[in-house]
Amino acid sequence: MIERSRFRFDGHLLLVWAAPLTITAIFVWIVGGVLLHGLDQLSWSYLVEAPRRAGRQGGIGPILVSTLLIVSVCLAVAIPLALGAALLLAEFVPRRSTGARIVRLSLDVLAGVPSIVFGLFGSAFFCSLLGLRFSILSGGLTLACMILPVLIRTIEQSLRGVPNAYRMGAAALGLTRTRAIVTVLLPVAAPGVLVGVLLGVGRAVAETAALIFTSGYVDRMPSSVLDSGRALSVHIFDLSLNVPGGDAAAYRASIVLLLLLMLINGGMLCIHSLLKRVMGISAQI
Amino acid sequence: MFQSVIDSPRRHGVIDVRLRRTLWGVAGLASSIIAVVVAVVATEALPALRGVELPRFLNDPSWHPTNQRYNLAPMIAGTFLVAGGAVALGTLFGFLSAIFCCFYAPPRLAGLYRGVMELLAGIPSVILGLWGLTTLVPIVAAIKAPGFSVLSATLVLGLMIVPTIGLVAIASLQSVPRSLILGAEALGLPKWLTVVRIAFPAARSGLIASVVLGIGRALGETMAVMMVGGNIVQVPESLFAPVRTLAANIALEIPYAEGLHRSSLFVSGLFLTLVILVVLCIAEWLGPEPIHD
Amino acid sequence: MIRAISFPFRKGRSFLALSVMALLSVAASAHAAETIVLTGSSTVAPLMAEIGKRFEETHPNLRIDVQTGGSSRGVRDARAGLADIGMVSRPLTDSERDLTAFTLAYDGVAFILHKSNPVKTLTRQQIIDIFTGKVRDWSEIGPGRGTIVVENKAEGRSTLELFLTHFDIKSSDVKAAVVVGDNQEAIKVIAGNPLAIGYVSIGSAVTEAGLGVPIKPLPMDGVEATIDAVKQKRFPLVRELNLVVRKQPEGVVKEFIAYAQSDQVTDLVKDLYYVPVGH
Repeated sequence: MIERSRFRFDGHLLLVWAAPLTITAIFVWIVGGVLLHGLDQLSWSYLVEAPRRAGRQGGIGPILVSTLLIVSVCLAVAIPLALGAALLLAEFVPRRSTGARIVRLSLDVLAGVPSIVFGLFGSAFFCSLLGLRFSILSGGLTLACMILPVLIRTIEQSLRGVPNAYRMGAAALGLTRTRAIVTVLLPVAAPGVLVGVLLGVGRAVAETAALIFTSGYVDRMPSSVLDSGRALSVHIFDLSLNVPGGDAAAYRASIVLLLLLMLINGGMLCIHSLLKRVMGISAQI
Repeated sequence: MFQSVIDSPRRHGVIDVRLRRTLWGVAGLASSIIAVVVAVVATEALPALRGVELPRFLNDPSWHPTNQRYNLAPMIAGTFLVAGGAVALGTLFGFLSAIFCCFYAPPRLAGLYRGVMELLAGIPSVILGLWGLTTLVPIVAAIKAPGFSVLSATLVLGLMIVPTIGLVAIASLQSVPRSLILGAEALGLPKWLTVVRIAFPAARSGLIASVVLGIGRALGETMAVMMVGGNIVQVPESLFAPVRTLAANIALEIPYAEGLHRSSLFVSGLFLTLVILVVLCIAEWLGPEPIHD
Repeated sequence: MIRAISFPFRKGRSFLALSVMALLSVAASAHAAETIVLTGSSTVAPLMAEIGKRFEETHPNLRIDVQTGGSSRGVRDARAGLADIGMVSRPLTDSERDLTAFTLAYDGVAFILHKSNPVKTLTRQQIIDIFTGKVRDWSEIGPGRGTIVVENKAEGRSTLELFLTHFDIKSSDVKAAVVVGDNQEAIKVIAGNPLAIGYVSIGSAVTEAGLGVPIKPLPMDGVEATIDAVKQKRFPLVRELNLVVRKQPEGVVKEFIAYAQSDQVTDLVKDLYYVPVGH
């Protein structure tokens, strides 16, 4: 009996190591290819200058600024909404109540809407109907709609993961539920919330199809969120699939996008550990 | 000291009711987005829905909208095929990745691998598509031409949803109470059984959520699938045959479509939403327990 | 204490009010400068963006915003007045006579093969046979063998229309193995597949081949596929890149269209490998 389970164990060990190794290998393959093609011409001036010759020369300064603005708008809108909806689903309504089901179902359907349809929706709704035209605001709002399902699902799950003992403890101390949520549940659920936000940021930084139709193509330095501003992913898309001779520049911009992503993710992790220290409640249960 | 934290019971009610109302408002707003999306798409689809009888979207001879032929059936099949395969792959690799990070890897390595998945989640589909186009497709083509195929699309799409499923699965496995795991280990249960019999059931709802998110991503992904799938409108006969998904169809043709053609593309968007809705409802209805657990 | 607890709501409300105010104030200031909006063909967009930047240099109070979305969007937006100028990478059709087109540049369309393909030239009939699936293997053509991978463009693309009209083929008769949208993607497909054939913009084909991408443009009807051949109007497959407007342009829009057609931007047109109108 013991012999058998030990044998099985080894087989599984192989499987469990093979999967992450495969994914990492492919990741290195993809990123390595990007680095190989674009690393040689990367410099500081590239990060701050304006693009020239349809992006084949010059830098990506305005595009970086637009990208950051779009992601900021997106997160500023999406995180509060997602927190609210997830709190409701996890803490205030029974799992299988009709209301909760409708909310979840509509979010799951939303998650399956193609990014190109989000682009067309954003263009019709935010740009035309609400009169925001091609703008960073339109783009950020469209992205916020897009990442809401991921955010809400992950935050809801992490709230559910908090043991009931915490809620009861808070109630026993005479805290309102509101206060219990702010001081006990959210800090404990923070790692899960962080995962949701990281996935959301990844999706937002990577999105192309939805942004071409909403935040647009203009590569000038934006002076407000009502200006049209080209996102980095749109820039990469344009250089690699639309501008003749744009490949090298596309790879260069891709490296910056990866660096930007690492920076944002690192920043989120820092904020997380900082909050953890301030709140004093560890995620480890 | 404690006095400052405790509110009177009467106040409790007022504050919590207020919060509850606000949260309902927020949740209502979030769930009404899909209604607005559908409304916008339906408005644009209206001319085609009026001008073309509904069954024709399923039994016209082909998809040649400029010649008034509007059969979407092959693309619906293609969407299912590619998304299904990708979700299966993504779930397998995503779950294994999560198990690796939570139970097998040394903490540092686990952290590193999580970082890899977080970055993978943020690589634009254009870059993944280009990798597929220039690297994967020629490899598949060496086995069987043309290389643009269900297989290529499934592999690229599967790769894209591994981080979604993996990261959410990690979060839900981490929220399994440590005492459960330690108890199982104390009983001498092999690690693998601890994972499968103890941790997985305990994290069940989170794992299901991760797969649901994966399904959404798989159905909605546009650019990468468009670049490696080949985009031939047909029910693929094999893994090596080209395929066009509904999302790719819209992205490919909308920039240059006019009139009924354009409108019929919105019909395909509407179809996709409807299909997702039906799938979710069936899953909810058929499952032993509701999928939204 | 209660104050502190209800703080999040107050903050939410004031945040909303603040952001609305910020929006309104910015919206007001955004109209200070005059803006010309162009939407449409992604082929024309990079060119117009560059021309726009140069025009802005001499017109400090003017902004030129170029957006993409495809030729059909250019037509629709110009018609609906959502854009001042539409960009269209084909001639206007009969149903679009309500618009006026100004040709900006020309672009030739050539067939390309992988560099390793030994085929040197294809006749009109051979091309028709390949694209309609009558010929399926390179061995039926001449040197080389292997299943031909036919690459076609997506429905509605102007290069597809041009190709179909020139060879008098119906869209539904084309038997392709892969359908792509964008020009550069089409080139990448051929570069990655030694058995493939496709058709792309001459300028980008020649440029990419010069940069070492393994593709080769084929001559058509005996005319070499070069930018010069398009310039001298010898090449048979040529499309127009157009700017379209709803009514006769006035003021600065008129000035801008004239500028885009003028000698002052020839270098910009050439830099994207198109052929300027005047030359």
